[in-house]
Amino acid sequence: MRGAMPDEKPAPQSKSTDRDRRAFFVKLGLGSLSIAAAGTAVFAYQFLSPNVLFEPSPIINAGQPEHYPLDSVTLDVNSGIYLIHSNEGFFSLGAVCTHLGCLTAWNPELGIIACPCHGSKFSRTGAKIEGPAPRPLPWYRVWLSEEGNLMVDRSTTIGAMQFLRV
Amino acid sequence: MATSANYFDQLRKSRIWRSIFRSGTGTSTLHRSLVIQQDVFLHLFPTKVRRRMLNIGVTWYLGTLTFGTFVILVSTGVLLMLYYHPSVPQAYSDTKDLQFVVSSGLFLRNLHRWSAHAMVFLVFAHMFRVFYRGAYRPPREFNWIIGVILLLITLLLSYTGYLLPWDQLAFWAITVGSNIASAVPVVGNKIHFLLLGGNLVNANALLRFYVLHCMILPLAAIFLIAIHFWRIRKDGGLYSHSSQPPAIADISATKEA
Repeated sequence: MRGAMPDEKPAPQSKSTDRDRRAFFVKLGLGSLSIAAAGTAVFAYQFLSPNVLFEPSPIINAGQPEHYPLDSVTLDVNSGIYLIHSNEGFFSLGAVCTHLGCLTAWNPELGIIACPCHGSKFSRTGAKIEGPAPRPLPWYRVWLSEEGNLMVDRSTTIGAMQFLRV
Repeated sequence: MATSANYFDQLRKSRIWRSIFRSGTGTSTLHRSLVIQQDVFLHLFPTKVRRRMLNIGVTWYLGTLTFGTFVILVSTGVLLMLYYHPSVPQAYSDTKDLQFVVSSGLFLRNLHRWSAHAMVFLVFAHMFRVFYRGAYRPPREFNWIIGVILLLITLLLSYTGYLLPWDQLAFWAITVGSNIASAVPVVGNKIHFLLLGGNLVNANALLRFYVLHCMILPLAAIFLIAIHFWRIRKDGGLYSHSSQPPAIADISATKEA
């Protein structure tokens, strides 16, 4: 009987190629949609990340060293740094609490830096005494400019106990 | 009375009315069902509700009350937008102007603020009510999930609205809140940067929170609220035996025996 239906053989073959073709186009469609979706995600991420920020410069001119008497801790509220003149020399600490970003304050009676939000306490050299803060306060790079001003770079942290002698 | 009812009947039979409301004017059960079924807003609800389901003891109307506060918040919020500029030099003084200069501004702002507090309270009360009645059980699991997302949207609406007065409380609350986001492993700082549009709570953060508060989150809420209401109907109305907690079913069975 097989020999009696020679012209039916091509029919299932063409059916299977139909299916192959459909599967191919489905794959092509889904593939190109996925590529487009991935591209959209990348563009969305780039769009939502601003390329230019109108934020204050990380470098701060703190003025002449004579303005900071020996054994003093000075908080600059606007830039969020301490400038400290200790017996060992000048250094600068970040005043923003390492816990959740509140502005800390120097307590001269107790001789500690304290955060008003969640009670973290730091020593004058930034080491954590108690509270939820996960890290000590950062030490920022301090140098003297050509005009003899104290400069602080908030974007560059240095190891603790590196004092600037003037 | 009779004449005004006649006028209304005449109006309902008029060509214009019939072109808008196609369900007809009869008082039969079918016509009353069609009024609900053929209305784009009302069709989210069941065509028929049993009277005892509307007893206050069944739901305490907590979901309806939540939606009521949401409607108040949208209408007062749109009015507040007419006097508020989301910019650093103006935001705080605009808020002050709304308090002291704009006619009824104080009333609208306070209504917005207290409704926001009420909405958070009512969402929690609604969820407790649903939880303790076991109404999160199948076939209502999906509607519970939508409810949880709506809870998150409610909290995000509260959080984003908190920054807009641009006072000390707002600034530090958002500073602390956005720093919590940076505690997320690996991508935390990226989330913080994208949320604020920078590294500090600044002009970009104010604008982003404003857009989230006034556009993105309310639209998401409206979208999910529509599904939430529609699913009540699809999952069997306010009450069905399949959602009855098994413990309670056992108790009633033993009582009958």
